[in-house]
Amino acid sequence: MVGLFDVLRECLRSGEPAALATVVETSLDGAPIAEPLPALGAKILSRRDNATIGSLGNPDLDKAVLRDALGALETGRSATSHYGGHGERERSEVTVFLQVFLPPDRMVVLGAVDFTAALVKVAKVLGYRVTVCDARPTFATPERFPDADEVVVDWPHRYLAKVAPVLGPRDALCVLTHDHKFDVPAIVTALRTSVGYIGAMGSRHTHAGRVERLRAEGVDEVQLARVMAPIGIDLGANTPEETAVSICAEIIALRTGTPATSLRSGSGPIHRRSGVWGEGL
Amino acid sequence: MKELLDEIARWQAAGRRVALARVVAVNGSGPRDPGAAMGVSEDGEVAGSVSGGCVEGAVVAEALEVLASGEPRLCTFGYSDDEAFSVGLTCGGIIRVFVEPLDQW
Repeated sequence: MVGLFDVLRECLRSGEPAALATVVETSLDGAPIAEPLPALGAKILSRRDNATIGSLGNPDLDKAVLRDALGALETGRSATSHYGGHGERERSEVTVFLQVFLPPDRMVVLGAVDFTAALVKVAKVLGYRVTVCDARPTFATPERFPDADEVVVDWPHRYLAKVAPVLGPRDALCVLTHDHKFDVPAIVTALRTSVGYIGAMGSRHTHAGRVERLRAEGVDEVQLARVMAPIGIDLGANTPEETAVSICAEIIALRTGTPATSLRSGSGPIHRRSGVWGEGL
Repeated sequence: MKELLDEIARWQAAGRRVALARVVAVNGSGPRDPGAAMGVSEDGEVAGSVSGGCVEGAVVAEALEVLASGEPRLCTFGYSDDEAFSVGLTCGGIIRVFVEPLDQW
C-alpha cells in the first residue's frame, strides 16, 4: 500500500507543490457541546489539481482546512490554525499544523565564468535550483559547472524569455556576463518578469555605461532601481568564492528587507520573520 | 524535510521504526521556522534538526517515548521561570514540536 508519507516523498523529490495538514492538538475546553474530536496526528495531504489523500476525520473540517491550504500554498508559509470539530472558524477545539512544501527557489546565472562556478556552489548550499546560461558552447558545459542543476547554451535574453513565466519574487537572476551585448537584452527581458532579485556584475564604470544603454532601450528609473549593480554587498570580497558570498548575502538581505550590517550594530531579535509566526499556539 | 528523506528511507529499509518531530510554532526568537524537521530512528539515530542544537537531545527522548507508546504528542520547549520547562532555548524563544511515529502516516 502506498501511504501518505510515500506520496509526500514523491512530491518532495519531484518538486511538486503540496500542503500537509496535521492535527497537533485537540481540546474540549470552551466547546459548546462535547463531541468527538479528530485523532492527534490525523492528516490530509493536498496536491495540485485538488487531489487529496487522507482525512482529519470530518468532511467539513477537511473542507475548511483544504481551503486554507490553497492560501498557504500561495504565501508559502507553514503555520498552525484553529478550527471547531466541523471546521468552524470561530472555534478552537482543533489545532491544525499546515505545512507547505514548495519546489526550490530558482537562481539563474548568466555567463559561464569562474565567478559563476563559485556562485553555483554557494547557491546550492542555500537550496536553490541553479541554471547556468551562456551563449558560448565552449564555456557553458556541465563539466565546468558540476554543481549546477542545468547548464544551457543559449542567448541569455532568449533563455530568460522562455523561463519568464516561472520566475517569481523568491527567485534570483545574476548577470555575470558583464558584456553589454549580452547583459543589456537580458536585463531588459528580466525587468518584464516578477523575478525577486536582479543583480549585474561589473565595475561602477561598466554599470554607468550599461545604465545608458538600458535607458536607450526604454528602461525607466523605477525599473532601473530593481537592478542591483555593482552586484553584491560590500564586504571587501575579492576571490570568486568571496564574491559569491557577497552576492548571496545581498539576495537574502533584499528578500527579507534587511539592511546588511553586523548583528552587533543592531538591537532586537536576530530571527526576524515577516508576519506573525506561531500565532495562537 | 527533504534533507531527511534518504536517511529515513535507509532506516525503514533496515526495518527500523522512525519518529518524526516537526516545529509547528515559534514564539519570539527561535532558530528554526515552522516545518523544520528531525527524524529519529528507534535505536536513537538522528537526521535533521528542530533548533540550534538546544533541544535536540530532549526531542530524541520524546521521540523514543512516542515510538514506545505509539501516541503522538505536542511538546513545548522554551525559556520560562516555570520549572516545568526543564529544557530551554538559550535565545529566549518558545518552540512547539509535534512528535509522531512515521509508521502511522
